[in-house]
Amino acid sequence: MNTSTLVLEKKRSKKTTRIKGSDAVLQCLIAEGVTTIFGYPGGAIMPIYDALYNYQDKLNHILTRHEQGAVHAAQGMARVTGKAGVCFATSGPGATNLITGIADAQIDSTPLVCITGQVPSHLLGTDAFQETDVMGISMPVTKWNYQVTRAEEIPYAIARAFYIANTGRPGPVLIDITKDAQFAEFDFTYDKCEKIRSYHPYPEALTSDLEAAANLINEAKKPYILVGQGVQLSGAENELIRFAEKTGIPMAATLMGLSGIPTSHPLYVGYLGMHGNYGPNIKTNECDVLIAIGMRFDDRVTGDLDRYAKQAKVIHIEIDPSEIDKNVKTTVAINSDAKQALLGLLPLVNVSTHKDWIDEFHQCDKIEFDKVIDAELHPDSGEIKMAEVINRISEITDGEAIVVTDVGQHQMVANRYYKFQKSLSCITSGGLGTMGFALPSAMGAKVGQPERTVIAVIGDGGFQMTIQELGTIRQSDLAVKILILNNNFLGMVRQWQQLFFEKRYSFTELDNPDFQMITKGYGIKAHKVEKREDLDQAIFDWLNCEGPALLEVVVEQEGNVFPMVPSGASVAEIRLD
Amino acid sequence: MSLKLKYPTSTPREFTLSVLTEDKSGLINQLTILFTKRKININSLNVSVTEVKGVSRFTIVIETSKDMIDNIVKQIRKLIDVLGAFVYEEDQIFYQEIALYKVPKYAIVDGKSIEDLVSKSGARILVIETDYMIIEKTGKAKETHDLYQKLEPFGLLEFIRSGRVAISKSTRKTEAYIKELEASNSNKLSIKDF
Ligand SMILES: Cc1ncc(C[n+]2csc(CCOP(=O)(O)OP(=O)(O)O)c2C)c(N)n1
Ligand SMILES: [Mg+2]
Repeated sequence: MNTSTLVLEKKRSKKTTRIKGSDAVLQCLIAEGVTTIFGYPGGAIMPIYDALYNYQDKLNHILTRHEQGAVHAAQGMARVTGKAGVCFATSGPGATNLITGIADAQIDSTPLVCITGQVPSHLLGTDAFQETDVMGISMPVTKWNYQVTRAEEIPYAIARAFYIANTGRPGPVLIDITKDAQFAEFDFTYDKCEKIRSYHPYPEALTSDLEAAANLINEAKKPYILVGQGVQLSGAENELIRFAEKTGIPMAATLMGLSGIPTSHPLYVGYLGMHGNYGPNIKTNECDVLIAIGMRFDDRVTGDLDRYAKQAKVIHIEIDPSEIDKNVKTTVAINSDAKQALLGLLPLVNVSTHKDWIDEFHQCDKIEFDKVIDAELHPDSGEIKMAEVINRISEITDGEAIVVTDVGQHQMVANRYYKFQKSLSCITSGGLGTMGFALPSAMGAKVGQPERTVIAVIGDGGFQMTIQELGTIRQSDLAVKILILNNNFLGMVRQWQQLFFEKRYSFTELDNPDFQMITKGYGIKAHKVEKREDLDQAIFDWLNCEGPALLEVVVEQEGNVFPMVPSGASVAEIRLD
Repeated sequence: MSLKLKYPTSTPREFTLSVLTEDKSGLINQLTILFTKRKININSLNVSVTEVKGVSRFTIVIETSKDMIDNIVKQIRKLIDVLGAFVYEEDQIFYQEIALYKVPKYAIVDGKSIEDLVSKSGARILVIETDYMIIEKTGKAKETHDLYQKLEPFGLLEFIRSGRVAISKSTRKTEAYIKELEASNSNKLSIKDF
């Protein structure tokens, strides 16, 4: 192929300006509406950083403290804005440091455009200083990647990058640009990419599928909607509510689907999966029609697939055909985005109610409340529990905050007890479960939604994976509210050791540093709570103060998250204790 | 009554995948990653140009279950520069491999010369050099292997066999398929027959 000649031929007709590759990169980003870049400089990307010096009024570059921080921040920004996040890194170690975040974005369908510098093209393949095969390494974890070795290819590559990252099922793309291509001058002009003949991001729902689905729904006695992230990714929140209200069908959300429906909605019955709610899990094995919308039946949601929803007819609304029939065989598959499918279904479904069926969920809620929730939220004595902290924060913020969670017990507790009211507010590492995700992601979320309260909920373990981003928060003055739920343990692993490995606590206890001192050392306000009676005031002060602030709450050391579907068990075998 | 399947969907069997792609570097990696991540071995792989400019064709033979191949082929179609991917079973294609055999020139076994064997096996002599000759045979793996066994007693020096090339029984033109793809706003992924 010769893309560059192709591009050149096309461009000749348009007005061009002669600029360097490095300037072109930035102009392309501006043309794509980018306002913020998270990044970290180094040798192979220096020409781009040099150009950036002249664009500071148009592009806000945030210098993170590690490339993993840059990519997670870009993810956080993408997740709250719905548009591709952008990050820069240099070649070699800079690029390899991005990989965890790229893999995270790939599995959680987050649009990203990652730009890495590369050694000059004549040195490719020579094991030059800081040369890594970034194309090879990133290929399995990107939606698309491309190496630019000539400046002329830059507009083509970046235009494609944004188009591919943002459309269809979103995902991360990586553009690797050799240093000589950054230096070289060429005749620049930019056209957005609008079509790629081998890529059709928006399959159209077939009328026959919509009708078949509507028939199943209209005849169902115990229909049940599972809401995945696809609802938020396609902006189908309102359509979903209209659909559920018309048909009277109860809805539960996956981890990634949380905040897609306000938790206060009467048809919202809770959260699915390994640490989800009791009713939503067991009712999966009792419903007669399961309507899965923009979700992919992850094993953390389904438990044992051989005993998952076997009684139900399954309708799967899914934009990505490779997800259809992958884990759960469908009765009817609607291959389109959630919004289009719901708009197509709306006129075909009958007005209905399912009061008795919904009551069954509420009976389950009562059981879960009596056996788990009550004791979690309202303990009379003893150490502070994670759940009561989250519950108070949820009440105080009216469920209106963006909650960015790290990975572990605190993540499950936060997502169980925070009562999300607004869409695009639950930001978590779902598919990859990347510890260290929350702090940098929350920075990106704050940049993306500066008017909203952004709370990062982090464990004492995960905090230390990207703790250096406190430096970024300070330097760039990002008013993130950081909550550390400190149990002095790698709590989630410890819970598994307790339940499944005879309490052999092999390397899960942490001898932690003084988080207060560290945070203050970075110039950020910090406060520690050890007593229940101090909690409320501390939360108020922390949320109400200007700028970033950290609240560390010392919580029960050996608390467990329940309910729990042990791995390999059926959703019907969910444990309450 | 439900349709009875020829095989249970989970038993491994042979499939031939035919993948049309844009002629771009890196595609072979993108394709093989999808097999290596499942620890599936590729039995044969052939890459070639097609009659359409800028379009390449990969022919891949693997042994796996029906469920697995269905999922793999969907993931292949998802690759940005893939124009189409089709799965075939034995009876849906014509296919061949080519084998080359290097044998000593004057060898005779049981009174038979290599020339006799070659003419009886539907093979042909490709070149004759001073010390050896090269025989070429096109056929299925079993046929080229049979000839291999027959040539072995002659002191076979070297044997090499290509990957499979396969052509489907459909009468569709590749070019027409690409045109249809370009014109359509629907999903390439839904075009399954070729
Ligand atoms: C990068 C990474 N390494 C290891 C793990 C495995 N892991 C999952 S949860 C967890 C413990 C997290 O501890 P902490 O951050 O203190 O949170 P807690 O569970 O105590 O709330 C570990 C080690 C992971 N998810 N990510
Ligand atoms: Mg912990």
